[in-house]
Amino acid sequence: MTNESQGVMDWLRYMQDHAGYLLSLTWGHLVMVFSGLGLALVVGVPLGVLCARKEKLAPWILTAANVIQVLPSLALLALVMIVLGLGFKTIVFSLFLYSLLPIIRNTYVGLKQVDQGVNEAGIGVGMNMWQLLLRVQLPLSLPFLMAGLRLAAVIAIGVATLAPLIGGEGLGREIYAGLNMRNNLKIYAGAIPAALLAILADLLLGRLQDKLKLGRRRQAKVHT
Amino acid sequence: MIQFTEVKKTYDDGREVLKNINLEIQAGEITVLIGPSGCGKTTTMKLINRLISPTAGQIRIDGEDIAKSDPVRLRRKIGYVIQNIGLFPHMTIARNVAVVPRLLKWDRQATDRRVDELLALVGLDPAIYRNRYPAELSGGQQQRIGVIRALAADPDIILMDEPFSALDPISREQLQNELIRLQQELRKTIVFVTHDMDEAIKLGDTIVLMRDGAIVQTGKPEQILRHPANDFVKSFIGKKRMAGEQTAEELPTVDEVMVEHPATASPTRGLAEAVKMMEKRRVDSLLIVDKNNRLQGTVSIYRVLDQFGEESKTVADVMKPVEHVVQTGTSLSVALQLMSEHQLSNLAVVREDGQFVGLITRGTVVSHMAGMYASDRTGESNHVAV
Repeated sequence: MTNESQGVMDWLRYMQDHAGYLLSLTWGHLVMVFSGLGLALVVGVPLGVLCARKEKLAPWILTAANVIQVLPSLALLALVMIVLGLGFKTIVFSLFLYSLLPIIRNTYVGLKQVDQGVNEAGIGVGMNMWQLLLRVQLPLSLPFLMAGLRLAAVIAIGVATLAPLIGGEGLGREIYAGLNMRNNLKIYAGAIPAALLAILADLLLGRLQDKLKLGRRRQAKVHT
Repeated sequence: MIQFTEVKKTYDDGREVLKNINLEIQAGEITVLIGPSGCGKTTTMKLINRLISPTAGQIRIDGEDIAKSDPVRLRRKIGYVIQNIGLFPHMTIARNVAVVPRLLKWDRQATDRRVDELLALVGLDPAIYRNRYPAELSGGQQQRIGVIRALAADPDIILMDEPFSALDPISREQLQNELIRLQQELRKTIVFVTHDMDEAIKLGDTIVLMRDGAIVQTGKPEQILRHPANDFVKSFIGKKRMAGEQTAEELPTVDEVMVEHPATASPTRGLAEAVKMMEKRRVDSLLIVDKNNRLQGTVSIYRVLDQFGEESKTVADVMKPVEHVVQTGTSLSVALQLMSEHQLSNLAVVREDGQFVGLITRGTVVSHMAGMYASDRTGESNHVAV
């Protein structure tokens, strides 16, 4: 048996032996990511709508979100930590900040691409601004919003591995433990599931995005 | 009745799009607003449902000043059909048609019944189309939905902004006819914007001709055709429609009409080869030219098949001499006369030195005429756009 396959076997055995612990780390990881993304949706979508409605504000909001996005993740975590201290809320808040740009920008772009004729028809038949937004514009920009969410999710899963540095949970804990103890098995046990999580999120959200795009056609076929 | 009193519209940049419009739109009629692009016809229409608000002046519907009404509620009482159809792509046909009843919070069953009734009204089977999406319908069908969406809540007034201009000519014609039929039943007050004079004459009870933000002439189509107010109206109506001014336009020469590379063969070709060539070019006869490009004769598929059994024969043996040819530069009328006199299905064109250059067939004549008519029309609309 070669060294590599021996390594894989060891890794698998390690994973099996520590399955409960690893699962709880994965769960912690997901909780952080979902909380951050959820917050980002709650704040980002309205900001995106604001950008689309008030074109003058758009450059300001997008630039601010952009500045946050270009900060190195470790630096952002450190900055947030100064204000919020160690722990769960710091990492969630950082993930929230990181996810803002893709969500704001994609909401904005999605709303902007809604056909002018469709908007005019909505106003012309007597929709008020809310009805236009909720019944026409947001449904039509959903595929774009999903693309933003997908990007944000993949980034957030990656950034969340840094959580242990500021006292958070998640798969990062296993990675850092492995680094400290020079234990490769531990590093793999944290890194590989984290990577798989990111790939899985990308695939699933990608599926959903396609479905939203094609939904109109497919639904129609089912009905007839 | 819709009444415009001294309505003006100036944009922020100082552009004056409407200068003092006074207009009465009669109830139960189709009033067509027509004019070159930028004349203010669409602006005038959009004032009625307050998509645009006037800088000065008053617009009244049945005596009530619309500036005092809530724009959202006003729009729900006015049907609106827009140029690029504007169906909501994420909603089914039924949802699209029901959009105003839903905004008005109609009872569910009443809405469903209304949708089916309207679909049937424009000849679309509700069972088939109710749950389809706009993208699955043809352009003509989509605009039918656009029209019935405007009718859904049974408004008295319907605004139509160049509703058929994006459709192909056949669908356009069908929809125009359907609109006329619907209007005979429904007697709505319809304000119809177009830049197409044919459409205006066909649909309009009253035509309002506009230019540079002002009304140039208002009247029944017949009145406008017979008594155009000025040269602008005359040019807009177009020579074609002016009674008595139909002059035969200069006919083109044969050079313009002929096919330049018809199916030819050299005299030494065998009969099987000839059949093959005809098959390939999808023609029923070949012109036989020698190597100096002089016309020798013509063979039809019948003559070839008649003698097909004789393998040694070439096309030269079965061809018929060409009795009638025209020279380049001959007027098409001469060629047409020749063709009709001698019952020719085609006519060869040769140069002065006898070189064969092309062929006129009945098909080429027809397609040329079609092209002439079409270019005449685009010429006209170019004229209009000035």
